[in-house]
Amino acid sequence: MIPRHQQLLFGILLLTSLLMGVTLWHLRERAHQRMIAGQDSAPTSAPEVAPAEEATLLVANDSDGSLLTQVRSLPLSADPGARARAVLGKLLDLYAAPNATHPVPGGGASVLQVFFLPAPEIGAAKPHASPSQEQQQTGPQLAVVNLTGSFAANHPSGIETETLTVLSICGTLHANLPRVTQVRFLVDGQPRATLAGHADLTRTYLAADAAPHP
Amino acid sequence: MRWSNWSLAILVAGGVAGQPALAQQAPPAPAAPPPRFVVVLDAAHGGNDTGGHLNDNQLEKTLTLAMSVRLRSLLAARGIQVVTTRESDVTLDPNKRAEIANRSEAQACISLHASEAGSGVHLYASSLTPAQPVRFAPWKTAQSAWVTRSLALEGVLNSALLQAGMSVTLGRTSLPSLDSMACPAVAVEIAPELGSDKKVATELDDPDYQARVASALVAALLEWRTDAGRAEGHQP
Repeated sequence: MIPRHQQLLFGILLLTSLLMGVTLWHLRERAHQRMIAGQDSAPTSAPEVAPAEEATLLVANDSDGSLLTQVRSLPLSADPGARARAVLGKLLDLYAAPNATHPVPGGGASVLQVFFLPAPEIGAAKPHASPSQEQQQTGPQLAVVNLTGSFAANHPSGIETETLTVLSICGTLHANLPRVTQVRFLVDGQPRATLAGHADLTRTYLAADAAPHP
Repeated sequence: MRWSNWSLAILVAGGVAGQPALAQQAPPAPAAPPPRFVVVLDAAHGGNDTGGHLNDNQLEKTLTLAMSVRLRSLLAARGIQVVTTRESDVTLDPNKRAEIANRSEAQACISLHASEAGSGVHLYASSLTPAQPVRFAPWKTAQSAWVTRSLALEGVLNSALLQAGMSVTLGRTSLPSLDSMACPAVAVEIAPELGSDKKVATELDDPDYQARVASALVAALLEWRTDAGRAEGHQP
């Protein structure tokens, strides 16, 4: 025989458990509704923060191994890093599009960062002590392009395809930021031996090597 | 000193017995040895490094090894000495490949690759800036003293492949093993042949296609040997 006070206690606990369950379910529904409402209010396209300008892209073509110049209108920021990311993003978006002349998956999100350093002299035995303020503002620059690991991992393997990707990035940077004379690459912030087994990513590339075909 | 005594002895003998005796006693002058002509075949990738994934799950490392074996046989049959960087599915780092090539003092180094991207045969020489040869060259840019010769070899290969009716793409690139080779070096990348509709007309694993590429490469290397003979061996 169960004492009456224990029956009463059991009933209260059961009722409390049911109430807590209902409350939790209700809170979860409210959170879900808030999340859906937040998604609905997100912009479907990125706001244009800068006026559209003409950007020159060096677009690779696998069928004849060429780099062809294309001029596109893009919103470009005055900040060199953001400007570089925008033009490279557009270039890689073209490569990720269906029927691309140089198919490479990944798109514009594959460029994590582009930052700039004073370009060291080619063949200099040792770097200069420190470039002057004027040199830093007007002298040639070394662009460091930081790509995502997934871009490198999914890049098609081959000498031609990898070389064209590297050269088109170098040439596009130089065409839009003429002070960029040298380019180096990082993948997820780290040096990497090759892009996808062939093109050397440990060396400094000269932008002049990426001249477009006439 | 020994040479002087020997010469003196011949002269003395000649002086005693006259010119005909000298002609009979002197050893026949050895014929000039034919110039040594060595070709290095570097089958790219291997072992853990599979290279690219080609159609029908074929790996780049398998196709490059097959092409290397085929070329080695064809070249050896024509009396050309061949050094290969690998004969089986083993992992080789780029430095080891360049080391094998540099030890062989070859007149031509061919790095064999394959890719699904592009069309026909792609020929690539190093993108290093040509430089004057020096006694001790930096390892990573050893090819810079040979770039001019590598571009000449690329031209000979291009002519032979075009003559065989293949589409060829020429270019310059930066490959770690190629840049460290101290010999005329060209990377040969074989891709499927595309038709006029830009669709694949001949697959990479087509034995006839591989045979045509190999024959054209052999013809080019025979031509290069003739040129090298005229130019008196290798030089940067």
